[in-house]
Parts: sequence; structure tokens; C-alpha cells
Amino acid sequence: MAEDLLRIAGKAFTSRLFLGTAGYPNQQVFLDSLAASGAQVVTVSIRRVDMEGGAEGILDLVRDKAWLLPNTAGCATVKDAVLTAQLAREALDTSWIKLELIGDRETLYPDVEQLVTAAAQLVDDGFTVLPYCTDDPIVCRRLADVGCAAVMPLGAPIGTGLGILNPYNIEMICARSTVPVILDAGVGTASDAALAMELGCDAVLLNTAVSKSTDPVRMAAAMGHAVAAGRLARLAGRIPKRTRAEASSPELGLIGG
Amino acid sequence: MITVNGKTRDHAEGLDLPALLGEAGLALEARGIAVAINGTVVPRARWAERAVADGDAIEIVKVLQGG
Repeated sequence: MAEDLLRIAGKAFTSRLFLGTAGYPNQQVFLDSLAASGAQVVTVSIRRVDMEGGAEGILDLVRDKAWLLPNTAGCATVKDAVLTAQLAREALDTSWIKLELIGDRETLYPDVEQLVTAAAQLVDDGFTVLPYCTDDPIVCRRLADVGCAAVMPLGAPIGTGLGILNPYNIEMICARSTVPVILDAGVGTASDAALAMELGCDAVLLNTAVSKSTDPVRMAAAMGHAVAAGRLARLAGRIPKRTRAEASSPELGLIGG
Repeated sequence: MITVNGKTRDHAEGLDLPALLGEAGLALEARGIAVAINGTVVPRARWAERAVADGDAIEIVKVLQGG
């Protein structure tokens, strides 16, 4: 089989799993999970330093192990999201940004109006923008139209583990998108990740499903396998669903026939 | 008065960015750090020459775990 690479903005990845770095029991469990998952892209956040304490962090752990995708998590205005992206670019020397612009802290749902505005500004400023967005084909199209390098529709609200609540929308987004589609948020277990890929997603981004599972390293491996399996199934082309049985063994030559 | 990461405080005459970073335990060469003053990122190469002026709103950020 030819090598199946995920390509975004000139970068190529053999893994289609993006892994978040938050909420693991400890750093070693995170590192083991990252290795077990096979993920080549990890997300990080940008936060104020504690003026009372020093700067410890995740950066030295992952710098040489994966491509870093900083996020603007928690930002609720275009201004804050744009400045956070610019600070991330300076801190990490990368133009990539996972653009997150939430409408409120309870639902953590994207504010799509501000999201499109911020995405356009960041694209103009030279960023490779990967926006976290609603599972809405029109919003995804608008984001691609303003120059986003990929779109990242949610499967379900962040941290819920509910899986893909509207697989028909995700499938429609994938079928129509001119840029890679990365399912972001909502994955609870391996079958959710596999389904995302079967529906046509180019990659899956997840965090809590691994970091808060009982055995993160094992779940990370499961997610890696699930994404790979879902991708293979998608490329292989599934059989159509039927409502009635159809024998798979030959019907001729039955004994006693 | 200046504002550092949302907190208003006094500042000594002649305070500059390296001194302020030092207060936070950050070396100039610390990795994964970025600074913005009044909504504009100050590139690392200009940290050493950037004086802090009265009324400045300064953000000092670092890379942390995230999803």
C-alpha cells in the first residue's frame, strides 16, 4: 500500500491522531501515553506565568517528540484569541494555532461569529489556523473560505465523552470540505475515534478520553489503533447497509440439495 | 503603576523587562516564554532594550499543558 500521509500546510504526518497534553496523572504517564498513541501532533496551551513561582512546564517534555499545536483555549474575544496566538507564535516559534473562541464557559461551545473574524485576522497575519468549530457544514465552509488550513468540528461538547452526536453532519462536512477535517472534542472511547475516521475525517484530536481513562497508556494505544483502523476502513470502502440477510457462503452445492 | 498579568503594582524607576522577568524567576533565554505590552508582542530579541513605562499593561506567558 502507498504511504497514507496526512498533509496540512506543507507538513506531512503518518499518524492521524492529535493528542492533548492536559490532565494526566503525571508526566511519565503522559509520555508513555504519547508513545503508545503514536501521535505526532500534541496540543499545548498558553497561560500567564505565576509571578510568585518559576516556569515549569510541558515544553521540554514534548519539544523533540511531536509537532506542537498551541491553542487559544478559554479565549472569549477576538482580541484575546489573536493576542494569545501571537504570544504562542513568539513562545514556540510556530505559525500553527488551534483557534478556540468559546461563547461561554458552561457549554464551551464555539462562538462562530467571532471565530470566523479571528480566523481571518490570523490568516492575514500569516498563521496556519486550525479552528475548533461547531459541526456545521456552512461554518466549516466559511472557515475554509477565509483561509484556514483545516477545520476542527466538535463531535460533542469538550470533555463530555459523548462521542459523535451528529454523524450525519460530520459526514457531510467531510464530503464537502476543501481542507482537512479533524474531529475535535467529544471522543469518549476508541469506537468514537474509529467512527470519525470512517465518516471521512482526516484526523482526530482528543485529550480527556485518554488522560482521564483508568489506564491512559492503554487507552492511548487503543486510540492509535482505532484511528488507523477507521482510516483503513474508510479507504477500503464499506459495504452498503442492507435490511435483509444475504448469504456469504456459496448457495450452490449444498449437500442434501 | 504598571499591570503585570492582570495585577496592578508599583514599579521602580528604570525597571526593564529583563528585571521583571527575573522577578518571575525567568531567565532571558528561558524557552516557551512570550511577552506582550499593551496588546503587542515584544519579540524576544527586543526584551533587553525594552524599558517599562508607567501605565504599561504587561502579559508574560508560558507554555502549559492543554487540549
